[in-house]
Amino acid sequence: MKRTKRTMRTAIALSAAVCAAGLSTPVLAQISGDTVKIGMITDLSGVYSDIDGNGGAEAVRMAIADMGGAINGKKIQFIVADHQNKPDIAASKAREWFDQQGVDMLIGGTNSGASLAMAKVAAEKKKVFIAIGSGTAQLTNEQCSPYTVHYAYDTVALARGTGATMVKQGGKNWYFLTADYAFGQSLEKDTTDVIKANGGTVLGSVKHPLGASDFSSFLLQAQSSKAQVLGLANAGGDFINSVKAAKEFGLTSKMKIAGLLVFINDIHTLGLPTTQGLYLTDAWYWDMNNDTRTWARKYFAKMKKEPSSLQAADYSAAMNYLNAVKAIGTDDGDKVMAQLKKTKINDMFAKNGEIRPDGRMVHDMYLMQVKTPAESKAPWDYYKVVATIPGAQAYTTKAETKCAAWK
Amino acid sequence: MQIFGVPLQAMMSQLLLGLVNGSFYAMLSLGLAVIFGLLNVINFSHGALYMMGAFAAYIGVTSFGLNYWMMLVLAPLIVGVFGIVIEKTMLRWLYRVDHLYGLLLTFGITLLLEGVFRSFFGVSGQTLDVPEALSGATDLGFMMLPNYRAWVVLASLVVCLATWFTIEKTRLGAYLRAGTENPKLVEAFGVNVPLMVTLTYGFGVALAGFAGVLAAPVINVTPLMGSNLIIVVFAVVVIGGMGSILGSIVTGLALGVIEGLTRVYYPEASEVVVFVVMVIVLLLRPAGLFGKSLA
Repeated sequence: MKRTKRTMRTAIALSAAVCAAGLSTPVLAQISGDTVKIGMITDLSGVYSDIDGNGGAEAVRMAIADMGGAINGKKIQFIVADHQNKPDIAASKAREWFDQQGVDMLIGGTNSGASLAMAKVAAEKKKVFIAIGSGTAQLTNEQCSPYTVHYAYDTVALARGTGATMVKQGGKNWYFLTADYAFGQSLEKDTTDVIKANGGTVLGSVKHPLGASDFSSFLLQAQSSKAQVLGLANAGGDFINSVKAAKEFGLTSKMKIAGLLVFINDIHTLGLPTTQGLYLTDAWYWDMNNDTRTWARKYFAKMKKEPSSLQAADYSAAMNYLNAVKAIGTDDGDKVMAQLKKTKINDMFAKNGEIRPDGRMVHDMYLMQVKTPAESKAPWDYYKVVATIPGAQAYTTKAETKCAAWK
Repeated sequence: MQIFGVPLQAMMSQLLLGLVNGSFYAMLSLGLAVIFGLLNVINFSHGALYMMGAFAAYIGVTSFGLNYWMMLVLAPLIVGVFGIVIEKTMLRWLYRVDHLYGLLLTFGITLLLEGVFRSFFGVSGQTLDVPEALSGATDLGFMMLPNYRAWVVLASLVVCLATWFTIEKTRLGAYLRAGTENPKLVEAFGVNVPLMVTLTYGFGVALAGFAGVLAAPVINVTPLMGSNLIIVVFAVVVIGGMGSILGSIVTGLALGVIEGLTRVYYPEASEVVVFVVMVIVLLLRPAGLFGKSLA
């Protein structure tokens, strides 16, 4: 009995000593679970799977490989899931990963609804969330969070890029063909504001259901408006079918077409004879300079196509996150966010990019024009950079923001 | 002159465009009606086979150097043969059980086909050019009608009417109809009923393939193009009356026109109007406009 008591006492003393020792070591170099775990939830099988999807996941893997697969001897792991464009799936997957899989940072691929849902979960769990391919500017405005970074572009930047430049080039009268849901309507509204601010007018708009089967009647209505510019506030398959029908019905000879959300994959599908002359705004193009070309070559070797701006952004975001973890020696959400926000981003994706207090990654955007078949020398040689839109002008300003963290 | 605030010219062009879209509905719902009428199978894979027809045309033209006209014949044949394989190996075992099993099987086939095409081609889609002879547009006075769209209406009308004539007015059609009413009796007369059923299924899905080829130059060819359309086409079949051949043709064209008018007056509702019509028809005539009364 006595002996047991003494043993107990020794045990308690020992454990107290261990605890004290644990407290006295600085909480610096700590990588939770001894691995840096990156998760990515995106559309792998639906309408957005070409612009991000498996190509985007491959880009993240390239970043991990370039980092050497480990940080200070701690392994970097990567997992991917398909949200099937359903916000509820995205949110529950994110929750499961944070709680059970020990994911330290989550990349949200495409789809605004899914990203807004994931941002909420990440904020609750105090983990870094980087939204790449979703358009909605709400991520860093009304619904901003201290743990969200919005990386590649947003609807505001698209509107300011294409809208302002086309008005300045003489396209004063606009008519909109708009996808009838949150994304299309906010894109139309943002662009309308820009057009009016630059002295242009909007003659009207027609709202089509998402995934409409035929666009010819909408286009005839646009044609009879006699506007100079047809603004396409839709995306993906809707955009492709609108342009195809515009060409078939001879609209392209009378009106200028402005694509408000266009990815290089859309141009690849439609081909240059149909799309030549089209104006669009994008964050990145593979053939802009030596850095972009070097990275694109590596990507091409793996995927057999040129990367979209989103896939380049996936790489850049993962790389900058890993660099931040390496610099401060921890994957703690708050500390990594602080590090990310004070580090300029300089890589093949962005020059002098910075993450603002509202989470917006501000970088230059580019107004592109699609080349004519004669100008294009090779497959995927599609764009001419017409103008660079400085980041400060492209995104929501401090005066406009509704984000409390940036007031 | 204006009709409810829309100029007459604009109205006429919208009606014509509605007719073009109606042609696709007519052709697809006709195939469904033939299959349902003679096999009692709800062929959910119809949309996927339509997609397959479009892809067959695309692959034939871009990879094998064939032209559009050859593919207009070849693609339906390929899809038809594929359908026959499905019928021979899987579908035939389900005739005796509930409709639901056929529906589930063909739905599974749809998912499978879409998945296979998606893994090869991605989802952005492929483009097939309008054939040389049909490019350009004709000035109709009230609108410029692309020649290809006119061809779509013509081709689908010919195919639909020929099908209707064959089934309703010829001896072969009479065998078919008799075979579905009482297969035992017709077999007793020395008619090979299983073969007839197989060929009917092949023909029905070949119609979907044909519609796919017709659609390929005007819409984005993607693995999901069938799923987008098939639900509307099912609604058309329900409105026309399950299994009614003439019903599906007339309803298909009429709904295309109604949809076209909606695009002018209330564009946001244009993808829903077909279902609104379906609800009204089901309330007033549960068997469909051309269907035999259920009672």
